[in-house]
Amino acid sequence: MNLSMRWLADYVKADVPIKEYCHALTMSGSKVECYETEGKDISNVVVGKILSVVPHENSDHLVVCQVEVGREAPIQIVTGASNVNAGDIVPVALDGSALPGGIKIKKGKLRGVESNGMLCSLGELGLDVRDFPYAIEDGIFIMQEDCQIGQDIQSAIGLNDTSVEFEITSNRPDCLSVTGLARETAATFDLPLTVPEPSFKGVEGDISSMLKVDIHDPEHCPRYCAGIVKNVKIGPSPRWMRERLRASGVRPINNFVDITNYVMLEYGQPMHAFDLRYVEGSHINVRKAKAGETIMTLDGVDRELTEDMLVIADEKKPVAVAGVMGGEYSGIMDDTTTVVFESAYFEPTQVRRTSKALRLKSDASARYEKGVDPTISMTCLKRAFQLVEELGAGEVLDTVIDCGHSNFQPSKVEFDPQWINEFLGTDISEDQMKEYLGRLGFTFEGSSVVAPSFRIDIECKADIAEEVARIYGYNNIPSTDFRGVARAEFTEEQKFVRALRNAAVALGGYEIATYSFVSPKYFDKIKLPENSPLRKVVRIVNPLGEDTSVMRTSTLPSMLDVLSFNYNNRNESACLFEIAKEYLPVEEKRNYQGDEAFLVSSGQPRHEYEYQLPDEPQRLTIGMYGGNADFYALKGMVEQLLAELHISGYEYIRAKDSDAFDEKYALHPGRSAVILRDGVALGFLGEIHPDVQENYEIGVKTYAAKLNIPELMAAAQDKITYSPLPKFPATTRDLSLLVDDEVPVAELEKAIRSAVGKILEKVTLFDVYKGAQIESGKKSVSYSISMRSHDGTLTDEQADSAVKKALKALSAVGAELRG
Amino acid sequence: MKEQLKKIEALAKQELEACSEIKALDDLRIKFLGKKGELTAILKQMGKLTPEERPVIGQLANQVRADIEEALSQKLSALKAGAQEARLKEETIDITLPGKPAPLGKFHPLTKVENEIREIFMGMGFEIADGPEVDDDYHVFEALNLPPDHPARDTQDTFYIENTDETILLRTQTSSVQVHVMETQKPPIRIISPGRVFRSDAVDATHSPLFHQIEGLVVDKGIKMSDLKGTLEMLMKKLYGNDCKLRFRPHHFPFTEPSCEVDISCFNCGGKGCSMCKDEGYIELLGAGMVHPKVLANCGIDPEEYSGFAFGLGLERMVMGRYDINDLRLLYENDVRFLSQF
Repeated sequence: MNLSMRWLADYVKADVPIKEYCHALTMSGSKVECYETEGKDISNVVVGKILSVVPHENSDHLVVCQVEVGREAPIQIVTGASNVNAGDIVPVALDGSALPGGIKIKKGKLRGVESNGMLCSLGELGLDVRDFPYAIEDGIFIMQEDCQIGQDIQSAIGLNDTSVEFEITSNRPDCLSVTGLARETAATFDLPLTVPEPSFKGVEGDISSMLKVDIHDPEHCPRYCAGIVKNVKIGPSPRWMRERLRASGVRPINNFVDITNYVMLEYGQPMHAFDLRYVEGSHINVRKAKAGETIMTLDGVDRELTEDMLVIADEKKPVAVAGVMGGEYSGIMDDTTTVVFESAYFEPTQVRRTSKALRLKSDASARYEKGVDPTISMTCLKRAFQLVEELGAGEVLDTVIDCGHSNFQPSKVEFDPQWINEFLGTDISEDQMKEYLGRLGFTFEGSSVVAPSFRIDIECKADIAEEVARIYGYNNIPSTDFRGVARAEFTEEQKFVRALRNAAVALGGYEIATYSFVSPKYFDKIKLPENSPLRKVVRIVNPLGEDTSVMRTSTLPSMLDVLSFNYNNRNESACLFEIAKEYLPVEEKRNYQGDEAFLVSSGQPRHEYEYQLPDEPQRLTIGMYGGNADFYALKGMVEQLLAELHISGYEYIRAKDSDAFDEKYALHPGRSAVILRDGVALGFLGEIHPDVQENYEIGVKTYAAKLNIPELMAAAQDKITYSPLPKFPATTRDLSLLVDDEVPVAELEKAIRSAVGKILEKVTLFDVYKGAQIESGKKSVSYSISMRSHDGTLTDEQADSAVKKALKALSAVGAELRG
Repeated sequence: MKEQLKKIEALAKQELEACSEIKALDDLRIKFLGKKGELTAILKQMGKLTPEERPVIGQLANQVRADIEEALSQKLSALKAGAQEARLKEETIDITLPGKPAPLGKFHPLTKVENEIREIFMGMGFEIADGPEVDDDYHVFEALNLPPDHPARDTQDTFYIENTDETILLRTQTSSVQVHVMETQKPPIRIISPGRVFRSDAVDATHSPLFHQIEGLVVDKGIKMSDLKGTLEMLMKKLYGNDCKLRFRPHHFPFTEPSCEVDISCFNCGGKGCSMCKDEGYIELLGAGMVHPKVLANCGIDPEEYSGFAFGLGLERMVMGRYDINDLRLLYENDVRFLSQF
């Protein structure tokens, strides 16, 4: 809402500097976004009178003017305009003047003839013909204003209003009007407010012989007022009205359209004016649209109406969509002779639904859908007619139609000053509260406070508390500490995630944050098969773009995007991690049975949706390239993480042999693994498949892992017990084994572990060798086996016998002691 | 003999003086004091002395031995000290050469500030609550006093989920967690809930379709608006120091009444007005208010018995203010050169 300060002054005299005004209104609840003084980018432009116009000696399209500008002597200005004549009053930009758009005017010579400034067109002053309808678009602005030679152009043409832009919240549609803001201004500064009751004289005439109105849907249109103006004279509205509309951000059009806009801005009541000629049968019916009906709205678009939309119709067809927009063909034209003015109250939800369904918003619908004052339809009709008479725009019939009567009851709320003080933490006297509320138009009835009709937002005690608080000043409310015993601790899950995050950082990971929604292109980028369940996604109906249109079912692509971004920004290496959610659709319908959260005390569901929310499991994703990154570096990091979380007893299987993660298709089949514990897949890790690396434009080997946090939590040992430090020395034996290359070392280790049994302390692999001295297809694997007993020092015999058992077990998996 | 002893002493001292190695010192000890050493050789001739001479010479010999031993020990200390000094000198390195990098990870700045805020609130007895990011209309809007057709829904720029008749959506505010918490927990309630929220805002330096909020909710008997002010002032003083000032402005949120927006004195100019705060002296920080009685009632809490306050702060804005980050996009690009700075 843009407020003209000049207009405001009609109702309340707030004599404070503009900055102070804006601050005070902001602090009392009407937030000022900014303010702008018209014509502030114009300087040194004055009213001038052309004394003479003579042809330029060196040009056929230039003329040389002598212009009186209120100085001792006239000045000479060369212009190319062809519409100037001696005696014309024009805007003159003097030497050193400024015009909108940062234009500076300096004196100079045009084809050898001195020119000491410039004569201005409307456009050069930032205006157009709608501001001054008598002027022409291309040519000097020949002024017909009452002004003095030498006067600043701003004051001469009224281009000096200040417009304040308010951010009006949706609960205060009453402030989408000059009178509404005047009321707030008066309350804020504790000033008197004067809004005169409008009246008009009218000419004798019986409206019932010219127009009939029937409301067929009183629920959605409780009140409809109409009146008629005959012998209308369509033309521009007067300057003061145009100025105020302009300062309010509304373009002047013609006197009738301007009057409807003026009244809407003044009172917040949308008005509609239309040509009686086009009302067939001179009969207005406020009714629901019929199936298949269409209307071309004022914006020139053909719109199909549905049966739940409210229309203003004549006997045959809709002429307006109620509260939203008028029809193109019933609008005011230059040859209109009789105009019908409509001032009605439409139910907010009705207007909102219609406006939404038609995807059509207007100044009128914006006000109706928030709720206009249900009692001012007639006041505003009168105001419009007062203006018609003031502008001499036609003859107003002295009878009007007031159809239907709003059964409006003002909102009445218990007035409980003690409760208000307890609720706010203040100590404001009852009288003071009453005074504040009085300023805002509230009245008192017994122990109740009655909201004014325009305050459709007042419903409960808390609303009254807010009114008191904002006039008292939020910043005058004290600051207190609240009491009560509180216990706060992290949940098990929160503790676990915190430990995980700390461990990932301790291991050198940089934490990243990525979007939850991604491009569906990632399916193909990570080579998911057509039937992969990961392709079943939660999809957004109205995404910003394809890039952010589906909720990710895997965190891997987000990680790959970030790795790619870093690689392509020439960062040599990266080791990243993210703890974030995946969004996995749940197929079955929602079941409310036993779901306490959805039941009210009666056992009935609060609300029923058949659609299930997706699962949102948390994942730890790790990604790395460059530096020391390789499969084993990643594996080492993952193992350290698992150790820190006290997760053990897991094993690795080749990712390609597992169905747990479809991300396996994005991984190198020979360099990827799934971590399995008790048959539960905890996560995967591996080298990114070369194709996928290429899809993400990463030019070096890249590695990634994903761990499922809920599964990790279930696997984590929650009780940690200390193992006593050994009292007896350990015995170590080294074994170099020869085994087929395909045999994974995990099998050798498993054989050693089970054979050595209880006395085994640690198996450490210290060398894997292939090449010279080893027959092809085989590898040499060297282990150091540390054994220890808690009962005494192991003898050589005990150690040797254990090793013998180990060798036997190793032999069973094809590993022999290297000769 | 007297002369011989004196001579030995003089010789020993002379040779000790010349000695410059610890090893050579042992040779000198043997040479002068050993069993076959010069002093022993002389003492062996003691038998030839008169009984009167013996104690005199004996005493002198002991004196000479003690003197030589003392000189030897002094020399040893001196040589050891010299050797140590030489070693330390030799081992001197260029301390300006770079250190060997140890791997050090980094928390994302969003996490850092979020953790800080969590800790402050946990200290005040707030628990941390979580809620779904994909949620239903009831929890995100309806229960929060935003019934269908409420005009304030327009300002929410909601993303809806396909094939759910606009009943399932991405939460536009963490306020939905208020409803989840109040449905399952009875007062006293004291929670914060940090999390992701989604709004259909195109990406630019100050907007992102995904951002983070931290919701706060307190419900108990006798909770007042002044408690809300006290709590938020405490938070901001802990985060930004005791000099920061808060400003409470009336505003409107459907789920609080009274509602306010809270501004903080500009980080840059401290309230005098500068280009960062558009000459306001204050920067908009968060929205808050007293929980609307209808919201309490919707969640099965009697508004006549209980009252509460709630607030929602934008984490990105706090992070940007904290580290003078001027472009929101940096937070989601995750360039390691950016991440390494926090």
